[in-house]
Amino acid sequence: MANMISDETMEYVGILAKLELSDEEREQAKKDMEQMLDYIDMLNTLNTDGVEPMSHIFPIHNVFREDVVENDDEHEKILANAPAAKDGAFKVPKTVE
Amino acid sequence: MSKQYETVIGLEVHVELATKTKIFCSCSTEFGGAPNTHTCPVCTGMPGSLPVLNRQVVEYAAAVGLATNCSITRKCKFDRKNYFYPDNPQNYQISQLYEPICRNGYVEIDTPSGTKKIGIHEIHMEEDAGKLIHDEWEDCSLVDFNRSGVPLIEIVSEPDMRSADEVIAYLDKLRLIIQYLGASDCKLQEGSMRADVNLSVREVGSEKLGTRTEMKNLNSFKAIARAIEGEKERQIELLEMGRPVIQETRRWDDNKESSHAMRSKEDAQDYRYFPEPDLPPVIISDEWLEEIKARQPELRTEKLIRYKKEFDIPDYDAQIITSSKKMADLFEATTALCGKPKKVSNWLMVETMHLMKEHDMEADDLKFSPENLAKLIDLADAGTINSSVAKEVFEKVFLDDIDPDQYVEEHGLKTVSDEGALRSVIEQVIASNPQSVEDYRNGKEKAIGFLVGQTMKAMKGKANPGLVNQILKELL
Repeated sequence: MANMISDETMEYVGILAKLELSDEEREQAKKDMEQMLDYIDMLNTLNTDGVEPMSHIFPIHNVFREDVVENDDEHEKILANAPAAKDGAFKVPKTVE
Repeated sequence: MSKQYETVIGLEVHVELATKTKIFCSCSTEFGGAPNTHTCPVCTGMPGSLPVLNRQVVEYAAAVGLATNCSITRKCKFDRKNYFYPDNPQNYQISQLYEPICRNGYVEIDTPSGTKKIGIHEIHMEEDAGKLIHDEWEDCSLVDFNRSGVPLIEIVSEPDMRSADEVIAYLDKLRLIIQYLGASDCKLQEGSMRADVNLSVREVGSEKLGTRTEMKNLNSFKAIARAIEGEKERQIELLEMGRPVIQETRRWDDNKESSHAMRSKEDAQDYRYFPEPDLPPVIISDEWLEEIKARQPELRTEKLIRYKKEFDIPDYDAQIITSSKKMADLFEATTALCGKPKKVSNWLMVETMHLMKEHDMEADDLKFSPENLAKLIDLADAGTINSSVAKEVFEKVFLDDIDPDQYVEEHGLKTVSDEGALRSVIEQVIASNPQSVEDYRNGKEKAIGFLVGQTMKAMKGKANPGLVNQILKELL
């Protein structure tokens, strides 16, 4: 494997993704990510001169909605998915600005 | 000798667009609903839900871009900005990083040294976040996603401003353009327009930019001006002490008139933007752009020229009336009804402005209809009511939008021009004020004023003043 990922990078990526990994999981994730980077290196060897970067996998564009209200008040259904709710709102641990 | 510093300011202005629905779902954007009553799986980030772009958002964003001299990106797309915060249900915000819809524009502002161009780096479309309410009783936070997914445009200026005055002039200009376009009501207090200030200082003559800070939580023009002064002083003080300015986001506290660094999250600011896979690109064809251009309403500069030409009102009047869209709309609608532009302009500039000041109102808060102002002007112009009664009735129109015809009728406010009736009242006034009569006859011209006043008082202000003067002089 050409790419090597340091423990610091793993730590950093873990923080960004809010993931806590066991030592074993961390080693596995490190391997997976190294393989991904190798694959990307391989893609980078292809000649893409004159090829427009792709931003979407289907050849479609301009998929729009008209500006018309169609949704009703379904806050009970929406809140049914909340681990905790209070006064019609999702209840979460206190956030500090 | 102390060093001379220059302040360099750029703004990031968020504007909530006036669409009926959110940017990616058909939920209402109406303000003030009970928590989470305007939500659906899309704007609460439920797994498997898919966003579909609101066409009107693209049109408003392009319209603002055109009105601010931007070039419109013909093939634009959305990107994901990844971060965790409870007001952001998807754990990413859909925004535009690589291909924003508008680029390289400018607006012109008036400064004491002449017109100045403020560059617009870009304008991009994005979605708003939800609202967090901190619950003191349970030591938790409550999340309301009604604002989540409300469409925003972010207007990023170049660092072209040098003072608080220039910043206010720039914001004023943007606000007016966007209000005229009908793309947003741009109310700072209510958060439909928000400005973040990027500010750095450098020694005069230096080409290199200093380290900047970003200031948030500025919800009035006054707060923005104070925050700019405060931050400028703080940075100069640091530099004078030989200490570095740290690049950070600071929160302005307008009550304390000071700012503090916002708690830097333990995780770095690394948004890992990538192209949004759920939304296909937006291609703006020549035809579509022409349609948007054709629909652009008349902006202030054009209105100013037309008002002077079409209505023959002075530049001063036109400037004041067009300084808000609401005022200009009232002016045009009332003039169309009564055909007296100068009279309409006078009522708007004098009495309306006076009452707005007295009631601490903005033009957008005006409630009266053009119909009732037009009726009032017709009544006054025909001499049916005199000018002091007209002012009194206008106050009622201003406050409660009453029908002046009906009000004048019901309260018996019509000017009395019946010569016989007036003559008998005046005879009484003369009889009961011998001193003033004598003064007048002895050459004290001013004494007639007192007699006019007494007559008006006896007539409860409803007499035709010209006629009163005429009869008085005749009888004396």
